Amino acid sequence: MSAPKAPANVRLDQVIAARTPWSHVLRRGETLRLIDLGGQQAVDALFYCAADTAERYSAQGTLREQGSAYIGLGTRLISNEGRVMARIVADSSGRHDTLAGCCSCESNAVRFGEATKYQHACRENFVLELGRHGLTKRDIVANVNFFMNVPIDAAGDFAVVDGISPPGSHVDLVAEMDLLCVFSNCPQVNNPCNGFDPTPVRVMIW
Amino acid sequence: MTHTDIDTVAAASAVAERDAHRARYDALRAAGQGETARALPPPTDRGLALDPAAVRHRETIPGGWYWTTRLVRGEALRLVNVAGSSTVSLVAWSVADTSERLNLADTTKVQWSVALRKGRILFTDMGRVALSIVEDTSGRHDALVGATKRESTGTLRNSTENFLAAAAKLGLSRRDIPPCVNFFAPVEVDGEGRFAWHGDLRRAGDFVDLRAEMELWIVLSNAGHPLDPERARVPQPVDVLRFVPPPPASDDACRNAGGEAARAFEFTERHVGAGSRS
Repeated sequence: MSAPKAPANVRLDQVIAARTPWSHVLRRGETLRLIDLGGQQAVDALFYCAADTAERYSAQGTLREQGSAYIGLGTRLISNEGRVMARIVADSSGRHDTLAGCCSCESNAVRFGEATKYQHACRENFVLELGRHGLTKRDIVANVNFFMNVPIDAAGDFAVVDGISPPGSHVDLVAEMDLLCVFSNCPQVNNPCNGFDPTPVRVMIW
Repeated sequence: MTHTDIDTVAAASAVAERDAHRARYDALRAAGQGETARALPPPTDRGLALDPAAVRHRETIPGGWYWTTRLVRGEALRLVNVAGSSTVSLVAWSVADTSERLNLADTTKVQWSVALRKGRILFTDMGRVALSIVEDTSGRHDALVGATKRESTGTLRNSTENFLAAAAKLGLSRRDIPPCVNFFAPVEVDGEGRFAWHGDLRRAGDFVDLRAEMELWIVLSNAGHPLDPERARVPQPVDVLRFVPPPPASDDACRNAGGEAARAFEFTERHVGAGSRS
């Protein structure tokens, strides 16, 4: 699968190496394309209003406003002030998560045993990358997980299952405000969110 | 060995490791959604009375309002849906370090379920237990949809602004307000992920008892649910009792709810006992 051709005015085109963080300010009206190069690779994403980072993405606000539990084409990402931060305008894979949060050394130890405490995790990426913008652990909110598949069944059972994003899958979002985007290309190897093998992703902005 | 042989061996080893991780994950999920879930206790009998001598404080939260309290480890709160038409929204922070706070993503992911009920625990973001659901007559709670806002209630009284006001009085701000859990909030999720409200599954007198596993700031907001068609009406008052429950017995349902819970309690006790921060 390959993403539709990007326009000629792409101003940023980068590969985010496996297991690493990335951040950038997306200007209002710009499009960010995220491409899952190898397939089945979760990307944990936080969003802040660049002009006032105390305004930030709200997972519950987003789900409350759309009345449903998954992120996909047409989802408006809502801030804690109830404003639209961004809209998802293209999505080749069909489902993304905002309920399962980011992996951490601490939760890995609970889930998979204490030996996994010393494995790199999204929270490590987030605190380090947020620190570059004057933000701290208290600013880590419930995040979006692009290309991560976490269905809920009628009984409430909830689990990360195999991703449905083949190599080259893409999602496009358009910023509705100047937006600090902080991503962690997820290092998790203990569940299927990265096919048990973290791989690079590509980000483009125009 | 040639380089090609070494590469082949390394690739085979990587595949074996991935297979081992998948096998462990599948086994943990099967246990978490099978044996562990089946062993959870049934809902509490609504006639279960509290020992009056154990009650340290009673609070009636008027419709639309919030209340903040501090719990030491081992204390508990009983939330009572007096009229049966209320939803009580809760956020919590560790007193020792307010950057450690309720984390519903970890709460649901670690327990393999979004269905909170008796025997389940509420996690902080640090892999530790904030609260145990030690009694629960309802089993109808919502960890997904979050707080009412001014536009949803149409009044000045809503949980979003209640949490802001309560946080401000603790020296905290909107940076600090985590996703909330809504008690007495029957929300169904269909196959497409759409939410449906079943408010008639709430009953007058339903209660839930939450035992603190670390010292906590708790904020409770009695300001309706975003999906409740009656959310614009002023909610009925709810009662809250702060009390001292019996110490957890060896067969405590929360502490015995699977390997994840066992590890979470072990890490919590290590932290509380030794002042460990990792």
